Amino acid sequence: MTTDPIHPPILEVAGLTMRFGGILALNDVSFEVRRGSISALIGPNGAGKTTVFNCLTGFYKATEGQIMLHTPRATTDLMNILGQPFRTSDWINPASFANRLYYKMLGGTHRVTQAGVARTFQNVRLFKEMTAIENLLVAQHLQLNRNLVAGLLQTAAYRQSERDALERAYAWLKVFGLAEDANRLAGELPYGHQRRLEIARAMCTGPRLLCLDEPAAGLNPRETVELSELIRRLRDEHGVTILLIEHDMGLVMGLSEHIVVLDYGEVIADGDPHTVARHPAVLAAYLGTEAVHDDES
Amino acid sequence: MDWHILAQQLVNGLTLGSIYGLIAIGYTMVYGIVGMINFAHGDVYMVSAYLTAICLAVLFSFGIDSLPFALLATLATTLLITAAYGWTIERIAYRPLRGAPRLAPLISAIGMSLVLQNGVQLSQGAKTQGVPSLIPATLRLGEGNDFVQITLVQLMIIVVSLASMAMLTWLIQRTSLGRQCRATQQDRRMAAILGINTDRIISTVFVIGAAMAAIAGVLVTLNYGSFDFYIGFVTGIKAFTAAVLGGIGSLPGAMLGGLILGLSEALFSGMVNTDYKDVFAFSLLVLVLIFRPTGLLGKPEVEKV
Amino acid sequence: MSPTSKVHWNLVVRQAVLEAAAAFVLALLLLGPIVGLVLDGYQVQNELQRPLLIAAIIAAGRFLVTLALQTSIGQAVLERFNARRRQPGVLVVSASESDRQRWWLLIMVVVSLSVPFLASKYWLTVLIQAMIYVLLGLGLNIVVGLAGLLDLGYVAFYAVGAYGLALGAQYLDLGFWSALPLAAMLAALFGGVLGFPVLRMHGDYLAIVTLGFGEIIRLVLNNWLEFTGGPNGVSAPAPQLFGLEFTRTARDGGMPFHEYFQISYDPLHRFIFIYLALFLIVCLMVVVVTRLRNMPVGRAWEALREDEIACRALGINHVLVKLSAFMMGATVGGIAGVFFATYQGFINPMSFNFFESALIVAIVVLGGLGSTTGVIVAAVVLTILPELLRAFADYRVFTFGVLMVLMMIWRPRGLMRPRRRAFEVKGLCR
Repeated sequence: MTTDPIHPPILEVAGLTMRFGGILALNDVSFEVRRGSISALIGPNGAGKTTVFNCLTGFYKATEGQIMLHTPRATTDLMNILGQPFRTSDWINPASFANRLYYKMLGGTHRVTQAGVARTFQNVRLFKEMTAIENLLVAQHLQLNRNLVAGLLQTAAYRQSERDALERAYAWLKVFGLAEDANRLAGELPYGHQRRLEIARAMCTGPRLLCLDEPAAGLNPRETVELSELIRRLRDEHGVTILLIEHDMGLVMGLSEHIVVLDYGEVIADGDPHTVARHPAVLAAYLGTEAVHDDES
Repeated sequence: MDWHILAQQLVNGLTLGSIYGLIAIGYTMVYGIVGMINFAHGDVYMVSAYLTAICLAVLFSFGIDSLPFALLATLATTLLITAAYGWTIERIAYRPLRGAPRLAPLISAIGMSLVLQNGVQLSQGAKTQGVPSLIPATLRLGEGNDFVQITLVQLMIIVVSLASMAMLTWLIQRTSLGRQCRATQQDRRMAAILGINTDRIISTVFVIGAAMAAIAGVLVTLNYGSFDFYIGFVTGIKAFTAAVLGGIGSLPGAMLGGLILGLSEALFSGMVNTDYKDVFAFSLLVLVLIFRPTGLLGKPEVEKV
Repeated sequence: MSPTSKVHWNLVVRQAVLEAAAAFVLALLLLGPIVGLVLDGYQVQNELQRPLLIAAIIAAGRFLVTLALQTSIGQAVLERFNARRRQPGVLVVSASESDRQRWWLLIMVVVSLSVPFLASKYWLTVLIQAMIYVLLGLGLNIVVGLAGLLDLGYVAFYAVGAYGLALGAQYLDLGFWSALPLAAMLAALFGGVLGFPVLRMHGDYLAIVTLGFGEIIRLVLNNWLEFTGGPNGVSAPAPQLFGLEFTRTARDGGMPFHEYFQISYDPLHRFIFIYLALFLIVCLMVVVVTRLRNMPVGRAWEALREDEIACRALGINHVLVKLSAFMMGATVGGIAGVFFATYQGFINPMSFNFFESALIVAIVVLGGLGSTTGVIVAAVVLTILPELLRAFADYRVFTFGVLMVLMMIWRPRGLMRPRRRAFEVKGLCR
């Protein structure tokens, strides 16, 4: 892999290894995601795609490896902010001890989102008994005036902050074509709308890198086409980098500029769609399903 | 500190620990299979203590003076009725709630616990009840004033608990029923697809848990002699502590946790302070949950995202 | 059912008889010894007619229900019941719809304010108790109803508040009004210290840890004789109004209330004052809770209740957000405890046992997890009803238990359907 000076990487994953008990779920996974790209992570079922996602977004603490996020604001070590066990060297180095103690107490998954990574889930996870717009308001939690006193006294600054949040939420609903559903319960929306609402909610956190876990699962062909246009628009107009897991090869090949293929927890190919589709290891991994040549949907 | 006091506390702790272990089985099996804390379990144990006393009193009033027969008959009756309690509670309070919001079964369990406590209080009165000391035989090790005393009942408690544990382990590991239980615990939906009647298995688990609590109830009543309608609450939390300590969901863990809790509680009350022994046990629960929520023998839980 | 042929009916009746017989046998097995044979020393008294009667009632009920479910009406009822369980529990209402409730609010305030001047001393104490439970219910509702954390040791914070006033007066010479904020802060501190390590764990564990914590507090209060007076309890100071005391003669060098206003002494004044102060606090709490629900933190609480994993993926620190709910609830519990202590004038650890916690949970559950109105109604009903039905006072806890189970089966969301506010933005949405 060579570093492209015009498109520097936003995400660098190096030597990522994950063990569950005796099972080696990920073995030395390394790849990069370039800023402003649409990248995809593919592989047969059980290859470890979602495990990679869970490590990237801080739901799993990887056994080994390094994940670095480079945003214009800062470079973040995503493994560090999850809170790691103390090492022997910490006991003689107060600064690193304090750092680790801080993240052990206050670190966690939420820090990853605060650093600029947002995600959606394979099986949609909305706040089902809250309205669509409330879902988006919750996502803006960190950008709002959270001062308790200001909120209880309903100060002008607080009301302004709430109004802004509401406008932002409506703006995102419009982008996703959900303005009509604003005051409906998220759990009552049709499935396709729920999928879009979940992406809109992720966008409300102001991410630099958006991770979509099988965004087209359960969508009909028309919805899938709309979705791929939407994803492209998010990248072009709203400046996010997109990393997605997807089984729909038509969508992946048409949309992404860079593909990483996983099999049995290892990276077997990495490159643009054209190269990857012809890669012998990929063909071998998919052999039998012939999904590569078979643009079924 | 003389050795004999320490040894005496160890004996007491072992007895107490076996009881906690027996009750902890009910918590750990139910948690393993339906993922809920059966708050009413401690009260099922309390009911079994009352049943023991009632059975003994009825048998003696009929003039039965063969002690072994009376004990066996009491154990059998208590076991049967307590198991029926376990089955009914699951049927009434938990089964209709499958798939309900997360807090619902927990709240329903607390309701059930209140019903049992108050129901017994209403029908049997609030005063402390008891049974006469039936088996006064004791073993005495040592001479003069330095001795360790083991009553026959204490010995019985340890032997019976170990035997019950061994039988239960055999049941779970070796029989078809046990296989079905383990399969249901791993993946209820898949087990159902493979033709296991999971509702029946869940009922069975409640029945087994209640039966173990019944054994504990009989033994405790014979040993300590007195009880009231409130014993289920404190003993219940302690047995749950034992289950968590050993690793919730794990059968040997429940017994191990029970023994550790019993021993440390006996040592604490013997050497530090009797008044604060319950505080000690509850603090242990809090500390274990904070520092080692998977317990000693439990498997680490992987969060499903 | 259309084919109500004779054969069919025979089958139905046979089925019903069989089920009733099974229920009868089971009920007799369960209740026979426990209800029918009452321990008296080492003997039993024969009361077997009681379980027979109960089992007969259960069997008859079972028979009738089984029959009724076979008729078209029974089927329709069952269908409606199932449909209600399937439908989404939440109603979205626009702002104009909730305006209509303002009149109700006004009426309720006027009634609540005039009641103490009409009630006898006995009913006044009942009303004060009801108000204390309203406060406790509102506090626990933040924790259980909004944030979805089952706290079974809520009574611990109540005890901290009550003992904060009593011991603060004894050792630090604090008065009611200075103890009120301090005790509330102390309770919040206890909540924080317990909550921070504990709130990381799974919901069920939280329930049992808080339960253990509640017992620890009670046992310490009971056993620490030198400091708390143990089971004998401690006395708590009466409230004052700007230094005016509600006693016949001044005790602490102040002036009695009735002398200052030159009216005759009436011991009721003290209770009326406590009631009014409580009412003020409750009103304040209602406003606070209503606003909190629409604030970022309140939304985060409800979102956490819905899906913790999604919340974490949105950058919300779930531990801190839970902690804020936990501490907020603890504060309210502490305030309620201070009022309880000053109204009783004397407290001991017996008032803070598990039944009390369970009662508060029952209030929140029956009120419909999350609904402010529901909690207030439930608290008032559950305090006043047992007073009206003195003869059945012993059955109070039993009934609560039954109600909790039935509520979870029948309406896990409470009697009132939860409502959510609809948002309208001018120019952005028609």
